[in-house]
Amino acid sequence: MHEMSIAQSLITILQEEMAKHRATALRSVRLSIGEMSAIVPESLSFCFEIIVQGTPLEGAKLLMDRIPLKGYCPDCERPFDIKDFIFVCPTCGSTTIETIAGQELSIVEMEVE
Amino acid sequence: MKVSVVRNILEANERIAEQNKALFQEHHLLVINLMSSPGAGKTSLLEKTIDALKKDLRIGVIEGDIQSTSDAERIARKGVPAVQINTGGACHLDGNMIRETFPEFDFSQLDLLVVENVGNLVCPAEFKVGEDFKVMILSVAEGDDKPVKYPLMFHESKVLLINKIDLLPYVDCRVDRILKDSLNINPGLVVFQVSCKTGEGLEEWTRWLRERVKEKSRAFKNGSQG
Repeated sequence: MHEMSIAQSLITILQEEMAKHRATALRSVRLSIGEMSAIVPESLSFCFEIIVQGTPLEGAKLLMDRIPLKGYCPDCERPFDIKDFIFVCPTCGSTTIETIAGQELSIVEMEVE
Repeated sequence: MKVSVVRNILEANERIAEQNKALFQEHHLLVINLMSSPGAGKTSLLEKTIDALKKDLRIGVIEGDIQSTSDAERIARKGVPAVQINTGGACHLDGNMIRETFPEFDFSQLDLLVVENVGNLVCPAEFKVGEDFKVMILSVAEGDDKPVKYPLMFHESKVLLINKIDLLPYVDCRVDRILKDSLNINPGLVVFQVSCKTGEGLEEWTRWLRERVKEKSRAFKNGSQG
């Protein structure tokens, strides 16, 4: 249950960004949540809704895109889908691969007034 | 109005963790973040590790728990400096909690700092504290399905200690399944099979850890950031 910490960090960033853009209300915010990150979207929404009560962020929709795991094999020079958490190149069997997607926990955009 | 905001939600913690790490580097201090479910044997493993290494290495410990000071007291009985953090409900330690313990330590007098995280197989894996690497423990009593159920922890760790192997005759746990699944998730994972009860396998682990501490101090003597 670390969604409360994540929600707090998220709100700090949103408040900074809203101040930067002189926004008075937050309509929605879009997040990228990697398949590998241990986040339960419903818990995050719940924590977010509780913390933003009575603030200009109240009522904002939390839109979450789940990003599937993707790897890149430097030997084959190509990307591939990581399935069932097997971090091995399906073509050559190499284990020295890079994880290029699926570990995100980031903000993509926000809609403000 | 739509505004593009490309920022990592955990950036504030990661910034503090980087600052912690820089301070640890200045002191040539190897820092490990020890994680597992509650009851897998973190504190017992730490006691055994301290027993094996305290002659050669100066060790400090940060104990993370939701409540109580019992773990720090257990460690202090080993004669090493131990500071307890009570998170008061939070399921993991973060960079800031670690930073707040700094006044309690003289890092110039330490070679190895062990951060024993809150017992939890999920959340601690998301939060860096400034460690060199993460070490996780899985006890065989927890079952062999844990790597596929909690892949992040296995992916983020450098070392997996499979503990309580003395219980293998009594539990339905296949170590080969743990090995296969955890090495799929993290092919570079270093695995030790140990029992804190019988002492089996502990020497291999402590020898390996001692080497990492020496490597770190050597790397600094040679002027590299290793």
